[in-house]
Amino acid sequence: MSTVQQEESTEVTKTRGDSGGSLGVVRNLGLVIALVILCVVGVMTSGDQFASKDNVITILRLASVVGVVSIGMTFVITGGGIDLSVGAILALSSVWATTTGTQSMADDYGWIVMVLSALLVGTACGLINGIVIAYGKVVPFIATLAMLASARGLAEIIADRKTQIIRNQGFTDFFGAEPLGIPVIVIMFALVVVGGWFLLNRTTFGRRTFAVGGNPEAARLAGIKVQRHTVYLYALAGLTCGIAAVMLMSRTTTGSSTHGTLLELDAIAAVVIGGTLLSGGRGTVVGTLFGVLIFTTLTNVFTLNNLSTSSQNVAKGVIIVVAVLLQQRIANRKT
Amino acid sequence: MSDPAAPLLEMRGIVKQFPGVRALDGVDLTVRAGEVHCLLGQNGAGKSTLIKVLAGAHDVDEGTILWEGEPISFADPLAAIATGVATIYQELDLIDGLSVADNIFLGHELARGGITRDSDMNKRARQLLARLGHPEIRPTREVGSLSAAGKQIVSMARALSHDARVIVMDEPSAVLDPDEVDGLFQVVDDLRASGTAIIYISHRLEEIRRIGDRLTVLKDGRTVATDLPAKETSTADLVQLMTGRTVSSVFPRRTTELPDAAPLLTVDGISRDREFHDVSFAVRPGEIVGIAGLVGAGRSEIIETIYGARRATRGSVTVEGKRLRNGSVDAAVAAGVGLCPEERKSQGLVLDDAVYRNISLASLERFSRYGITTEAAERRAARQVATSVDIRPDAPDRIVRTLSGGNQQKVVLARWLLRSCKVLLLDEPTRGVDVGARAEIYTLIRELADSGVALVIVSSDIDEVLGLSDRVLVVADGHVVHEGPSDAIDASGVLDRILATHDDQQMIQGDGDAA
Repeated sequence: MSTVQQEESTEVTKTRGDSGGSLGVVRNLGLVIALVILCVVGVMTSGDQFASKDNVITILRLASVVGVVSIGMTFVITGGGIDLSVGAILALSSVWATTTGTQSMADDYGWIVMVLSALLVGTACGLINGIVIAYGKVVPFIATLAMLASARGLAEIIADRKTQIIRNQGFTDFFGAEPLGIPVIVIMFALVVVGGWFLLNRTTFGRRTFAVGGNPEAARLAGIKVQRHTVYLYALAGLTCGIAAVMLMSRTTTGSSTHGTLLELDAIAAVVIGGTLLSGGRGTVVGTLFGVLIFTTLTNVFTLNNLSTSSQNVAKGVIIVVAVLLQQRIANRKT
Repeated sequence: MSDPAAPLLEMRGIVKQFPGVRALDGVDLTVRAGEVHCLLGQNGAGKSTLIKVLAGAHDVDEGTILWEGEPISFADPLAAIATGVATIYQELDLIDGLSVADNIFLGHELARGGITRDSDMNKRARQLLARLGHPEIRPTREVGSLSAAGKQIVSMARALSHDARVIVMDEPSAVLDPDEVDGLFQVVDDLRASGTAIIYISHRLEEIRRIGDRLTVLKDGRTVATDLPAKETSTADLVQLMTGRTVSSVFPRRTTELPDAAPLLTVDGISRDREFHDVSFAVRPGEIVGIAGLVGAGRSEIIETIYGARRATRGSVTVEGKRLRNGSVDAAVAAGVGLCPEERKSQGLVLDDAVYRNISLASLERFSRYGITTEAAERRAARQVATSVDIRPDAPDRIVRTLSGGNQQKVVLARWLLRSCKVLLLDEPTRGVDVGARAEIYTLIRELADSGVALVIVSSDIDEVLGLSDRVLVVADGHVVHEGPSDAIDASGVLDRILATHDDQQMIQGDGDAA
């Protein structure tokens, strides 16, 4: 699915991610098979109800929010970090973009004000994460845990723990539209995936992300500004939270401090079962896409069969462990 | 510029201070275009710090750096690279997950508007690798799948890609086989002929003789001698300059007769598919048996199998008449076998833990009751051993990572001393250890033998194997091709035996593949 190495896949003996030929294919093949199996189970248990166009759109719509955040998370993890604050940043962005103040500005200048404020708040939170981690030398786990607590707290203060309804008709009209029957937020998700793939695999920024995550000292000695790059990575993750906030705002027509609760766990799980290495240095956007689709389809199949969220969570846990175990097997056999 | 004697790079009175340490305390170095300038010094003499200064990774506290006579400062790695200094580090500074071409151009990717031009990079990389005589390394191959020698070539291609005029090589031969070293020297010769200056760091004096033009000796962060002719300066002089004392006899000889006792360790016909075949030997108490051979001949595999870290497909290992369970490290350790592994840092030490805890690691049951450790006794015992092997500095709480290579090796030896093991297997005991500490380790090994321990030593340094051991096994491609007393054979004899079996070996390999 990815890079230059593909043409020589037989030569590459040791790979874990987008940058490596044959195993990359094998890994994604495994993810495709898992998704196909889920779909077969869906069709068998729910038949036409599952296979209908409406249901497929529903799955994609559900996948969009967590999917966009997971793409940002893929960059952070490939770069050797972790971001626990994505859900909280999303909540803060959604609240900030739907306050009466912002909404009245939006009435004057157009709904783009709401979008821009969500993106700005998300990016700003990411910037703070990045600066604290890169220059303050606080470990990412702790720095983003602190952001998780304070961003959600700030969201609660601003919203006074109330759900803020979006009154701006232009906003709901634009993001609620379905050109060619495809919801705008699904199109946004697709654009983020394509953009993310390109950025990771076809640009110097992507190349340096692998280097910073794989061996920061070597990257520094090669003349890469590791600290600055780290800040960019968290800012990028924050930006994806802002985008996801806009998407969730349009889906629910609200901004709320409870949006995106535990989203960080779903995003990390999707990234990891997609094949991105938690220790950094290897990452795959395509794998993350599959990870997100697998989890969302699973939820959908369970819901159609009237099974509880609790049993969904058990299944999720099992899938994570099985996926990682399988990947280790494949990796070991290949080397 | 036309004056070949004009210095390209000049360092004067460089001082670099770290909290509590004056790592560089007045270093002078003058490098001219088209010369191979060797840098010598013990571990801790300041070579690594000096390299980092040259690479822009450390800034200096005092002193001046002149480039073609003009003062210059290397504020960060980019500045050093832009000026024309490229560094090939000892710990290969490559990113395993990226391709060869990506690594070569890391930090200065060929790109348009941030979008990488992969085919251009691959093409340029192919040219650079061909220039280095390694067109077989494909630019798209992942670096993690290359051998150490291959990675070295990639590091060099990276240095060339910067059009560097000074290339710093930090112990480039440490990870290479003899024939790979020949290839390296060929490249160095070509670079020198094209007017590039090379700063070459190595512990191996014979290498410095072979390719060096001039040399500078560092000791305790200072330049103690500079501009010495590399080929003419005697080894004795160099050792004295580096250590400040003379090393009279490098290998301490046996002082007592080897007692005629029953073998402590008996290895009987052990084999492992495609690694080594039918290896048998016995070691008596107090005896040192050396295993000589080239890298990849199966030396490390043999002793790791004896230790139980690998499973033998055939044969047995017996200690004091008791047969060890195959493939069990527990059984070997319980029977009194110890191993000082080849990869000290990754296999032998808990680098971020204290010295005394590393020493007691293999003897914890002695210092614990019901699994609860008795810290005071552990500390006391470890400290005693640490002092007896003279680990410097004498600070049991120090983190092992901060010690020099020689002292780290002493920590590993101390561990097995504390455990008072009966059989000790040493894999490359002096890799990365400087001349002074090397002599101390040789003395330690001799003392261990004199106390009745049976030792097996593996080393790439044939002189070391012959100098230390009583008996030597020569291994070539997994087969023992010679066994006999060490004083009855010399280094060239060992090499002859290895080469003589080369034809047979190819036949055997063919068989192995067919089977």
